[in-house]
Amino acid sequence: MDAILSLNNVSKKFGNMPVLKGIDLDIKKGEFVALLGANGAGKTTLVKIMSALSSPSEGTVMVNGKDILNDQGSLRSIIGVISHETYLYNDLTAVENLRFFGQMYGIASENLEARINGLLEQVELVKRADDRVSTFSRGMKQRLSIARALLHEPSILFLDEPYTGLDQHAAHAFEKVLLELDPKDTTRLMITHDINRTYNMCDRVIILDKGSIVFDSLMSEVASAEELRDIYSSHVGDNDTF
Amino acid sequence: MIRILHIAAKDLKEEFRTKQMLNSMVLFSLLVIVVFSITFAPILGSSQDVAMVAPGVLWIAFIFAGSIGLSRSFVAELENGCLEGLKLCPIGRSSIYTGKMMANMVLMLLVEIITVPLFAIMFNFSITGLFWLGIIIFLGTVGFVCVGTLLSALTVNTRTREILLPVLLLPLVLPALIPAVMATGSILMGASYGDISQELRLLLVYDVVFFLVAQLVFEYVIQD
Amino acid sequence: MSERMLRDKILPVLSAMSMLLAIGMIIFYLPDMKGAMGETLDMSFRIFYFHMPIAITSYLAFTVVFVSSILFLRTGKYSYDILSRSAAEVGVIFAFLVLVTGSIWAKATWGWYWVWEPRLTTSLALFLVYVAYIVLRQAVDGADKRARLASVFGILGFISVPLSFLSIRLWRSAHPLMFGDTSGSSGGGLEGTSLQLTLLVNVIAFVLLFITLVVYKMQNEMMEERADEIRASLD
Repeated sequence: MDAILSLNNVSKKFGNMPVLKGIDLDIKKGEFVALLGANGAGKTTLVKIMSALSSPSEGTVMVNGKDILNDQGSLRSIIGVISHETYLYNDLTAVENLRFFGQMYGIASENLEARINGLLEQVELVKRADDRVSTFSRGMKQRLSIARALLHEPSILFLDEPYTGLDQHAAHAFEKVLLELDPKDTTRLMITHDINRTYNMCDRVIILDKGSIVFDSLMSEVASAEELRDIYSSHVGDNDTF
Repeated sequence: MIRILHIAAKDLKEEFRTKQMLNSMVLFSLLVIVVFSITFAPILGSSQDVAMVAPGVLWIAFIFAGSIGLSRSFVAELENGCLEGLKLCPIGRSSIYTGKMMANMVLMLLVEIITVPLFAIMFNFSITGLFWLGIIIFLGTVGFVCVGTLLSALTVNTRTREILLPVLLLPLVLPALIPAVMATGSILMGASYGDISQELRLLLVYDVVFFLVAQLVFEYVIQD
Repeated sequence: MSERMLRDKILPVLSAMSMLLAIGMIIFYLPDMKGAMGETLDMSFRIFYFHMPIAITSYLAFTVVFVSSILFLRTGKYSYDILSRSAAEVGVIFAFLVLVTGSIWAKATWGWYWVWEPRLTTSLALFLVYVAYIVLRQAVDGADKRARLASVFGILGFISVPLSFLSIRLWRSAHPLMFGDTSGSSGGGLEGTSLQLTLLVNVIAFVLLFITLVVYKMQNEMMEERADEIRASLD
């Protein structure tokens, strides 16, 4: 199998509260997977486990066939995360933020400046490069956070509700940048509540409910966004999608 | 490791841009000195008496200013989820601790460098043995910051972090505080290295022990 | 004999009996103490036979907190966290009693309630550290995080206590003339068998009392957790 990421019987408990129950999941290289589910279904916990931020109570996570518990360092350097949190320091400028995270990823300084300039150009923030992030709008911050997440050219990208707090225009700009920037062989997994967007962007959909996977299918087998919405409601109920 | 220095440099760059923490630390330290100077006004003429109260006054100023600064040390990391972003990077958890600790150390030392001459002026006191005084303050501050940085991370997610930090910190730094205050007193009374070697050794032991233990347990503090 | 039997019946009865025996020995069995001049000392020294066993028990309590904190961080098993918090809460009471009995004894012997004597002051440091431990537990939301952070603090606290002892001893030796060399335990009368026996029985009695209290406390905590679980499953 050419699974880049594979979870085997992963469970997580907080105290006595089970959050994830025996998740088995294989994600192939180059897939764009959507992860849907109600609040509290365990989506964020699942992504935290896959990005080695949190360790599973039971089960194993393998990346490229290697258990992540044994080699967190090399796993972290191939993972990028774009979250609804921007992971940016408010009192540093755009360039300083990127430079700092570049240093953290161990990018050699002679390549780093060129990479930063290139990315800033792509996310259209060159003019604001030397302004503090605290002066940025939500949309600009989110674009900068794309640049931050792609600095080290990750081969797996996690998107955790990246559209939260963006207005339509900003969301559109964000999406454009994301699709343009991201080379096609990157494996992507996105948490979202937005069914229409999911249907148009992703090529596989997984629905998580109460800590278990209740639906897993290629998007090509789902006829329309309407059908996806029906599937979602039948599994989860339709209280928090739009 | 170079990344530790990058983290410390990042923290200091942020701090010097706003100077939020530094300003309030220096101001607080100044206030402590002023209040004590008023309280002890009757003895300000006698340098013998001032040398008796000096170590207490100085270390109270350092510790209170320090806990104010430390309680905010991890606050910037919480904005926009930066700590999580940092945890995603391929660096050891203990590097994050060490970097933050070094930045806090620089801030504390700056406050101390401003406080000591201020104390000399307000208490009309000429300080002797500046070299060894510097060593004592440095070693005492290392111990304080070692534990303080760890507890700052530990309390940052609690409801009452500003109050909780000193409550947790003071009992733990007691073993460093006692020799630091004693040695400061001896030096200000004109003692030489031989008189304070035991205190310095104890401070050193404290610093090394808590630095190493903090490295070991820090990952549990920021885990989620 | 089931474990439950042991817990609910034998343990409390045993510790109550040994406690009675221990108190009885202090009051009726101990001979009068003679001071250095041959005069008969008053009854106050007898508090030492409470004081020292309580102190030993409080140190034991915090060793338990230390070990179970490490075990919790290593294994993530909640039973270790329940043990830490039970031992800490019972231990804090013992540490407080050390200070009370120590102060009473100090008042009778030296005329001061408080003496900066290394052992007594170390008990004060111990007490403060573990009061802070309990304060921390109350300030953290979320069972998982509370257990984790408290364990870290339990480890740090345990390490700081012997360092406190060293620093206080250093400090006291720097001011040897304040109270004279009276910090010894009981004026050298401890060689007598009846004294040693009384002390031993008292130590055993207090350790038994500690174990009983911790076991009961743990039972309480576990029932509380169970109640929380049931409550959570209801809504």
